[in-house]
Amino acid sequence: MIPAKVLESHLVKRINALLPIAMLSALVAVQAFATKKELGIDHRAAGLVVAGIALKLKAPFPVVVGAAALVSALIVRLN
Amino acid sequence: MSSVNRATLSKSLSVSFAVGAYGTAFGAAAVAAGFTVWQACLLSLLTFTGASQFAVIGVLGAGGTAITGIATASLLGMRNAIYSMIMKPILNLNGFKKLIATQITIDESVAVSTAEEIRGEAAMRQGFWLTGGGVYFFWNLFTLLGALGAEAIGDPSMWGLDAAVPAAFLALVWPRLKSKNDYLLALSATALALALTPIIAAGLPIIATALLAVAFAKFKAAEIE
Repeated sequence: MIPAKVLESHLVKRINALLPIAMLSALVAVQAFATKKELGIDHRAAGLVVAGIALKLKAPFPVVVGAAALVSALIVRLN
Repeated sequence: MSSVNRATLSKSLSVSFAVGAYGTAFGAAAVAAGFTVWQACLLSLLTFTGASQFAVIGVLGAGGTAITGIATASLLGMRNAIYSMIMKPILNLNGFKKLIATQITIDESVAVSTAEEIRGEAAMRQGFWLTGGGVYFFWNLFTLLGALGAEAIGDPSMWGLDAAVPAAFLALVWPRLKSKNDYLLALSATALALALTPIIAAGLPIIATALLAVAFAKFKAAEIE
């Protein structure tokens, strides 16, 4: 359907690689700091920091997500 | 029928299980965003594309429109179209088998297939089908388990578990950040999305970052060359 020349072009390959980076980063930010149309720092931000640490320590995906959820839940509980 | 190469099989199985486990997070996050268990499972069965699935529940859960959700998911899923072009000469399929192959064409099935290149085309096909089929099975199984688990807990956001969603996105983008340019784009996209959130409808800030990515591809590429 799409001509091979277009698909192989250097630019398309670049876009293909960069699209997920931009959109996923945006999703991280919006899901962590936005509530409807307002921005703020809450328990989710703490969970995100923990996720970042877990990723730095090369933890597997379920551990990263689980640790984040756990920490943010604890913060909600303690408030 | 040729015997399955043991190395191909073990690689496919371990990738399938590891990736399938993501499904738990999706199932749970979907329920947290307000979807029913049934809806979560349908999303996994019919669309079967991780980052896009998370994006859809993220956008719709925040109150975005269906069109915005679909646009976000489509942009994230575009690379699968390019994967299909890569796999076409190797798989060489028609009709029903082609439809199935399209459904299981994802990052992982293509990655394992490509890694098997040194073992020849038959191994590449085996890698593709085993990984694609394996991930499909485990992803859907874990989606169901995750959704049921979240439902059993009750309202996860009440418990403060909703950090799971941004954490999942962070885990998805982390391995993609390789060069300084990648980090620069990630930070710029973050800033742009946050700046636009109070101003425009839910989901649209994410789409805006897609345009940012295209701009980066055009101008940063020129810089390197």
